Amino acid sequence: MTATATATPGNRGILRVNPVAKLAAALLLAGVLVLTIDWVSAAVALACELVLFFWAGMSFRIFVLRTLPVWLAAPAAGLTTLLYGQAAGAEYWQFGLIHITDGSVELAVATLLRVLAIGLPAVVLFVTVDPTDLADGLGQVVRLPARFVLGGLAALRLVGLLMEDWRALERARRARGIADRGVIRRLSGQAFALLVLSIRRGSKLATAMEARGFGGTTTRTWARPSDFGRREVALIGLGLFVGALAVAVSVATGSWNFVLG
Amino acid sequence: MTPPAAPDLRVAGASIDASGWGWRHAGRRAWAVRDLDLRIDPGERVLLLGASGAGKSTLVHALAGVIGAAEEGEEQGRLLVNGSSPAAARGQVGLVMQDPDSQVILARVGDDVAFGCENLGVPREEIWRRVRDSLAMVGLDLPLGHPTSALSGGQKQRLALAGVLAMRPGLLLLDEPTANLDPAGVLEVRESVARVLEHTEATFVVIEHRVGVWQHLINRVIVLDPAGGVLADGRPGDVLPAEGDRLSASGVWVPGIAHDLPARRRAPQASDRLLGTQALAIARTRDAVVARDIELEVVEGAALAITGPNGAGKSTLALTLAGLLKPAAGRVLADPRLSGGAPAEPIRWKSRQLLTRIGTVFQDPEHQFVAGTVRAELSVGPLALGLPEPVISARVDTLLQRLRIDHLAEANPFTLSGGEKRRLSVGTVLATRPGVLVLDEPTFGQDFRTWREIVALLAELIDAGTAVVAVSHDAEFVAALADSEYRLAGSLDARPDRLVTL
Repeated sequence: MTATATATPGNRGILRVNPVAKLAAALLLAGVLVLTIDWVSAAVALACELVLFFWAGMSFRIFVLRTLPVWLAAPAAGLTTLLYGQAAGAEYWQFGLIHITDGSVELAVATLLRVLAIGLPAVVLFVTVDPTDLADGLGQVVRLPARFVLGGLAALRLVGLLMEDWRALERARRARGIADRGVIRRLSGQAFALLVLSIRRGSKLATAMEARGFGGTTTRTWARPSDFGRREVALIGLGLFVGALAVAVSVATGSWNFVLG
Repeated sequence: MTPPAAPDLRVAGASIDASGWGWRHAGRRAWAVRDLDLRIDPGERVLLLGASGAGKSTLVHALAGVIGAAEEGEEQGRLLVNGSSPAAARGQVGLVMQDPDSQVILARVGDDVAFGCENLGVPREEIWRRVRDSLAMVGLDLPLGHPTSALSGGQKQRLALAGVLAMRPGLLLLDEPTANLDPAGVLEVRESVARVLEHTEATFVVIEHRVGVWQHLINRVIVLDPAGGVLADGRPGDVLPAEGDRLSASGVWVPGIAHDLPARRRAPQASDRLLGTQALAIARTRDAVVARDIELEVVEGAALAITGPNGAGKSTLALTLAGLLKPAAGRVLADPRLSGGAPAEPIRWKSRQLLTRIGTVFQDPEHQFVAGTVRAELSVGPLALGLPEPVISARVDTLLQRLRIDHLAEANPFTLSGGEKRRLSVGTVLATRPGVLVLDEPTFGQDFRTWREIVALLAELIDAGTAVVAVSHDAEFVAALADSEYRLAGSLDARPDRLVTL
């Protein structure tokens, strides 16, 4: 066994795929689906995705919990389109600026399906991404500069300390007798203090990284391999296939509706 | 996975040469270090001492090559590690600093240790061999995937040490590695370093103002002179007795030197209660109760120490008593003598009402600084009370002198040294003369001089009638000041928390 195996979390289904491939697949799918606003393409993509999710290696419960925001956002977006979307065809109800027409109903359905078709795979692909693995992938597969990738990764760890700092600052300002002021003045002062604190933390972290040879002239090695093989190509291929199928069916049924056209 | 029996750390020690070396931080008038002439041979084990502000950290940062570029300061003379400039020797020098939190770089233990090796271009197979060796060496017996956020302070410092060791440095630098740790953490780190030193030939330099911690691991003591150059240099057995008094006066804790400790003069009157609890349960966030059924009293002119292991909820209890955290259950009640017209429960007081009733000194002084200058910082409380200007400036001037920070009145609080920040944070609270003073680890990481000043100041306040509540790991501090001690057990199922009269 290698030590790297123990350093990589999870080994089932989508968890094993290189985060760079997940990023590429999600972007590809989203890129195709934002080109058109019709319900056919979105429905085809969504149908394919729902089948594919069975192989993602994610339990149904986790799937529902993590994708819940998307399930809530989609109807909300659909409803807005239904009430305010471009009026066309028969009108069913009208109140002020609100028109419900044949056109807006169709647009609403298309919007709802589109939000799901883009949002669900994005969530499924991304909740399983570990930031360290993504940085490894961006550094080794995409070959982004290590300084940028690892600087970002290290900074991400500091974000977790922000909430803690915020609460500490809140208590400190109450103790200092200045928490009775107006909300805006109090919060802006506190936000500034948080900024100062974060910058100080950041510069300490930068020193610690520098002391470990970061940012030197030596060519860096990577402790964790970021493999890009058949599994990754397959995932991107799947993304491409679902996108192409959605376009093909949409064009064939004559419902293709290019956004810029 | 079995750790190898005898990890290979046989790297030749590095030499250090300073000739007329000095450094002045950009924007400062005084030199942090100047006219330093020094030779440290490969493999020497050096304790670097000196008064606060003598430039110990500056020297160590310069040796590690992280002091910054030309625009961050001005350099004089020469400083060489193994005959070349420290910036070129980066990777041959390993540095462990004071703050455990700002040295953790990555999310998983193994990755964090590997980080330095990656930057030095070590081949992958070799990296993981070194990672396992280094973790075994510092005694961190954890899976490589263990989250670094779940480590204690002592473990984080040992992780930083492992990350440095994995780079196989010829020079190992420790800059007050135990200053932010509780006594258990101090021992943990000291034991790790002792084991490392048995297996390496690396040159070793440690900064620490508690000599006792490292005394038996070193064979040379160098004392820096704040005025420039070296004050004393030699074997510990020669330097410490000869310089003991002078070192002690400049803030170094030297074992065996008798101190005249400040003491209390007046015994408290048990009836003068200011604050009490009823079946109090405490929690930092809702649902996470760390201790319950707390019954204690805060008495005028007396000191209560809150002690217990890490994570037992000492700070949580102090903040709850101070009216800054909501009790999870039960109540904190102020007696009418303290509340003076405000509601009985401190958590319901307005921020301004706290000022004259309960003052809180936080563990990290930086959290409580809200102004741009030391003078303005001390005026914040009195201004919030709406005191007239002459009263405010009189109080501020007195405090500036009393705390020996009058020469820093116009400085930015964030630029002060650790000891100065601590004194200022105490001063900001004293400016509004609260009846109860709550302090969270007031002596943490302080040198002997600041320690003595804080204890003397608190003794004086207690004798004058202030009630003091202090969270502390520091047994000497508790012995010098406390009338009673509330010991938190550290676990809800363990033996109950208890109040001890001292």
